[in-house]
Amino acid sequence: MSVIFKKTTGLTEAATHYCPGCTHGIAHRLVGEALEELGLLGDTIGCASVGCSIFSYNYFNVDMIECSHGRAPAVATGIKRTVPDKTVFTYQGDGDLAAIGTAEIVHAAHRGENITVIFINNAIYGMTGGQMAPTTLPGQKATTAPAGRIAEFSGRPLKMSEMLAEVPGAAYVERVSLHHPKYIRKAKKAILKGFTCQLAKGGFAMVELLSTCPTGWGLDPVEAMEWLEANMIPYYPLGVLKTPEEV
Amino acid sequence: MDGRRAIPHIAADSCKGCGLCLSVCPENVLAIEAAQVNLKGYFPVSVKAEENCIGCLSCALICPDVVFTIERIDDHLEGRDE
Repeated sequence: MSVIFKKTTGLTEAATHYCPGCTHGIAHRLVGEALEELGLLGDTIGCASVGCSIFSYNYFNVDMIECSHGRAPAVATGIKRTVPDKTVFTYQGDGDLAAIGTAEIVHAAHRGENITVIFINNAIYGMTGGQMAPTTLPGQKATTAPAGRIAEFSGRPLKMSEMLAEVPGAAYVERVSLHHPKYIRKAKKAILKGFTCQLAKGGFAMVELLSTCPTGWGLDPVEAMEWLEANMIPYYPLGVLKTPEEV
Repeated sequence: MDGRRAIPHIAADSCKGCGLCLSVCPENVLAIEAAQVNLKGYFPVSVKAEENCIGCLSCALICPDVVFTIERIDDHLEGRDE
């Protein structure tokens, strides 16, 4: 007998507060496994955001700091510049990164900060009750768009990865999805690359993870995964948008 | 010789009964029984057909609550390879 899968030491024993079927748990595990595999658990500082992932500092088995809403890249900038030998990452949702924190993320990328950004895009504001986010798809229902998002009225969803890949200071930007084990394996590779990029002093790295919000979307967890595949991936295509040659 | 290649262990009290593991298991190893309730008040997943597990890790990969530990039956695998 040999153990071929067990919980990573990159996560604490704390049970998460996330709703059943929420992909935050998968994303947490992938980050924890990546840090463990790279031997970085004792040398990493994580920057938690505001949103459903606000308690992520209880779940990652590394030093964590809670940042003001949207300001995780600014906090990460300060930490990384002060202790450049530490691995620094932010863990942000789309409300945090793509709405209130848009300026911080753009300018962290613009300055080419040597940090790793884990961006959870579930196309809705989960924590506050399912309101429309900048990433909400056209036609997608939200509590503030009960008939579905009207693009002519609210604009079309922001594609953060495409936007940041255009910033000269960004080194590595990839979009992956968490809707199926096959894609989860790819997401793990992308997260590993995001941290490897930082270790190689490659500059700003961001991995966008397409995620679900079964509660906010009004779907059961399995239906939410199917909805993600059918609706989010066509609008938010998966793949590497920018990569450094040496990583 | 049965087809068993791995044994899934489940931390039932961590499970939130979301059912994602059931949806991706190719061998119908898992089940959620409405008669069973865990400490959190959820219906946790359990192993109903351990002998079918092929150790593909799909359940463990998609589980948001990291409830699975999977053991591979090495002797059996080596026997199959020969």
